[in-house]
Amino acid sequence: MIQDGELDRGLRKTLDWRLIAVYVLIVLFGWINIYAAVRSGEPVSILDLSLNSGKQALWILGAFVIAVVLVFAINPYVWESVSRPAYGVVLALLILVIFLSSNVKGSHSWFELGPVKFQPAELSKITTSLLLASFMGRPGFKIGVARDVLMALAIVLVPMAIIVAESETGSALVYVGFLLVLYREGLSGWYLALMGLAVLLFVVTLKTHWWVSLLLAVACVAGYLVYYLRRVTTLRNRRKVIRNALVAFAGSTLLILATDFFFNSVLKDYQRQRIEVLLGIKEDIRGVGYNVHQSLIAIGSGGLFGKGYLQGTQTTFGFVPEQSTDFIFCTVGEEWGFVGCVFVLALYGLLIFWLVQDAERSRTAFTRIYGYCVAACFFMHLVINLGMTLGLMPVIGIPLPLFSYGGSSLWAFTVLLFIFIALDRQEKKYF
Amino acid sequence: MEQLNNRYFKLLIGLGVVLAILLGRLFYVQIINESYKTDADNNSMSREMIYPPRGIIYDRNGKLLVGNRICYDIMVTPRAVTELDTAALAHVLDTTVDFVRDKMKYYRTYRSRIGWQTLVFLKQIEPETYMRFAEEQFRFPGFKGQERTLREYPFNAGGNLLGYTSEVSAEYLAEHPEYRAGDYYGRTGLEAAREQELRGKKGWRIFQRDSRGRTKDSYKDGEYDVEAEPGHDIVTTIDAYLQQYGQALMAGKKGSLVALEPSTGEILSMVSSPGIDVDVLADFGKHYGRLRKDKNMPLYNRAVSASYPPGSVFKLINGLIGLEDEVLQPWMQYPCNGGYVYTSSGRKLGCHAHRSPLNLNDAIMTSCNGYFCYVFKSILENPKFENTEEAYTHWREMVMSFGFGQKLGSDFPSELSGNIPSADYYNRYYHKGRWRFPTIVSLSIGQGEILATPLQIANFAAIMANRGYYYIPHVVKASEGVEIDPKYYQKQYTLVDTLQFAKVIPGMWKAVNALGEGGTANVAHVPGLDICGKTGTAQNPHGKDNSVFICFAPRDNPRIAVAAYIENAGFGATWAGPIAALLVEKYLNGEIGDDHRDLERRVLTTRLIP
Repeated sequence: MIQDGELDRGLRKTLDWRLIAVYVLIVLFGWINIYAAVRSGEPVSILDLSLNSGKQALWILGAFVIAVVLVFAINPYVWESVSRPAYGVVLALLILVIFLSSNVKGSHSWFELGPVKFQPAELSKITTSLLLASFMGRPGFKIGVARDVLMALAIVLVPMAIIVAESETGSALVYVGFLLVLYREGLSGWYLALMGLAVLLFVVTLKTHWWVSLLLAVACVAGYLVYYLRRVTTLRNRRKVIRNALVAFAGSTLLILATDFFFNSVLKDYQRQRIEVLLGIKEDIRGVGYNVHQSLIAIGSGGLFGKGYLQGTQTTFGFVPEQSTDFIFCTVGEEWGFVGCVFVLALYGLLIFWLVQDAERSRTAFTRIYGYCVAACFFMHLVINLGMTLGLMPVIGIPLPLFSYGGSSLWAFTVLLFIFIALDRQEKKYF
Repeated sequence: MEQLNNRYFKLLIGLGVVLAILLGRLFYVQIINESYKTDADNNSMSREMIYPPRGIIYDRNGKLLVGNRICYDIMVTPRAVTELDTAALAHVLDTTVDFVRDKMKYYRTYRSRIGWQTLVFLKQIEPETYMRFAEEQFRFPGFKGQERTLREYPFNAGGNLLGYTSEVSAEYLAEHPEYRAGDYYGRTGLEAAREQELRGKKGWRIFQRDSRGRTKDSYKDGEYDVEAEPGHDIVTTIDAYLQQYGQALMAGKKGSLVALEPSTGEILSMVSSPGIDVDVLADFGKHYGRLRKDKNMPLYNRAVSASYPPGSVFKLINGLIGLEDEVLQPWMQYPCNGGYVYTSSGRKLGCHAHRSPLNLNDAIMTSCNGYFCYVFKSILENPKFENTEEAYTHWREMVMSFGFGQKLGSDFPSELSGNIPSADYYNRYYHKGRWRFPTIVSLSIGQGEILATPLQIANFAAIMANRGYYYIPHVVKASEGVEIDPKYYQKQYTLVDTLQFAKVIPGMWKAVNALGEGGTANVAHVPGLDICGKTGTAQNPHGKDNSVFICFAPRDNPRIAVAAYIENAGFGATWAGPIAALLVEKYLNGEIGDDHRDLERRVLTTRLIP
């Protein structure tokens, strides 16, 4: 007979303490940087509740409670079974918020309950991950079957489309990350390549001329043909290669022709301007390009070791707007320098790496796919946020996960992460 | 098909590549590229905020109501203070040595937290003082002046309307992160309602300093400087002279006086008395404590934030509804023997002495209570409806279409909705089916549970003037950079047919102009102006009755509609009537005629507030 003690191994061995340590470090480092960002003029305490740093302290305490509850109080098997209803409820909230929300900086995505504001889009990342994991993890799911893959795509695209309708393009972009999960589960890499090509053609068309793009598309398709026709021998497969090439080429041509229309008629004014500034089509350091320019000055002035904690000067006059939320990384750059930035990047790198590693080791498909979803969400947020702050991507206002000021985002990411930690622990307990 | 395990490594490689790109970019921005390095040290740079002048507020004729004047804040960067002659600084700035010492001691205590920040040392000094300081500034390294603009009020009109500005509080900052400590914002009135337009946008200049801390020149020829954008000016619908005159008439009385332009809904003047004078606004902080404690509540805009029973002016509405429902005809006569007996036990709603019986217009002229009890009775007992409740609900819907019982939607955020009780209210109070006309007889004459704000009553006067519609009253006109809600341009019709209005206007005209026939408002008669009006006397549980009067003039193509509501002033014709009539006369004639001089003197000099 097997003793209980043998089955249920201790916390020390079952909980992934590496992930928890990284989580706590990111949250606390974020907090002290929020304080540095919002403090201005007269000296005030970091716990002063009229400042974002004081409020964040409360949010962090709440997040820790949530984490403990998720790990110890809730049976992780629940998550797979609630994935469907939870997804449905959040979808309803996403739609409801369009009608009931107040307008926050042009977007209709916030519920306001007295002093508390929250964004259903944050919850939707969790429920989409759960449902995707549950759907793709069930036995018999085959990525090669059109019905299955279309269903998986629908699970991702439906909330994404609604979030676009809420004018929260940034949050919607995060969902592109789920393609990486599909890739891990067997989706052909060519889809990722095609998406990359599409973005490249869009940028090249805007930056130069449509015919440069067309040449580029021709070159890519030709490269593909030359490479594969040499390797593929059967007539049937050759036909397939040629068909793929023709479809890709037709798609590219269409995209190039549609670029102008998309850019001028579909995108909103501010989105167009942000892209123009990023691509250097327009120089506008006072208007649209202002945030990014100030952000780069703040980060650039940090140098190798930074100016020291609370010694940043760009913060004093509020040169960088949204500094405690979307542009929080400026504070790190200015006050902690290159060294501090590497530290933060390393934390996120490790978080994502360990998430993926744990996911790979998992024996159940649900946990594995969910782990990848969590990693993908963190990854997309990291890339979009830092890309914006560093002037590599257009300005898209989404928070740096766990780091930026904001309770609803912090809690959502805490839930997202700790559901995985609980699932992971459950497996280690019994295997 | 390739091994899926493979994909794990491919994805990790992807992660590595992306992180490497971000790191590379960071390395470039922070280590290699010099152009992003502006200033690692505040010693070599100084930034000067440029505060935008706040938008100016004008009256409808372009007269300046609120302007700006310049003053200076003295700023200090404690770390840059190398030597300090405390006595000399105190002398130059007109302050005490102790003040300077305390401040410097505070800066030393919080040295590490303050760092290289620049703080406000002394607020709002006059330009003359600043000039003296500027001449000797070189003696005080680390100190500098900062230009600010403050509000100035050249004309004493509309203190309560305009509102005041003050420095942002900690709570306000928490909710509005776009502000910084030391900024000013509109706290009340128009200043608050139109903060977004008035505010403007801050700018700054960046200077380089030499090694001795003296400002040398603009950094990179001002490439990174940002100009301040002045706030947008606001044009109000107020007539400054009329507002001022109204305030003078209302001095010493408690209540409101509202004048509208019926053809647009524009508020010509809105007086809440007792109110605030503009010289109090300019230095509000000093007076705030006293004003808050004042039991007459001068801070509160009664015209929109107080609700009262409208009294007899409400009889007009009941008349109109009776006509519309075809239960009343202008020729119908009802008797009145000093009141109306409404229960079998002989309870009576009293009336004053006048001839009897009367038709509709004479009843309006003499403000007969009994007549309108009959009218309201026939509305509620209309055989078209199954029971009183249904008839009442219909009546309430009609009344609310006049803008009563709901917020009008004016541009005053503190506007109240007043009250027209619902049938449910009476069902709860008296039980369903247990209330009938006699139960709510007082609604016939605008008493009982009905409450309305003076603005709603003035709006009603405008509806009478327009014969059946109104524009939502508002106080801001559209101008460059300032939009107003399109609803202010839309006609709002009542549920009473516009043809019915012509049938009661003669009564309003006779009340004022039929001298010697028992009209209640003869005191408001001004030859040649054709004022149409209606008096009201509303019971006030806190002492003497409230005096009410609405009117518009001239009778055809009216240019002004007025409501006067004076608390504890007795019969409507005693105070409200004369005040409203004088305001109309001033607006239409520009001056008060000889035969009204005595009346004007009496109004201007009487103090009703004990």
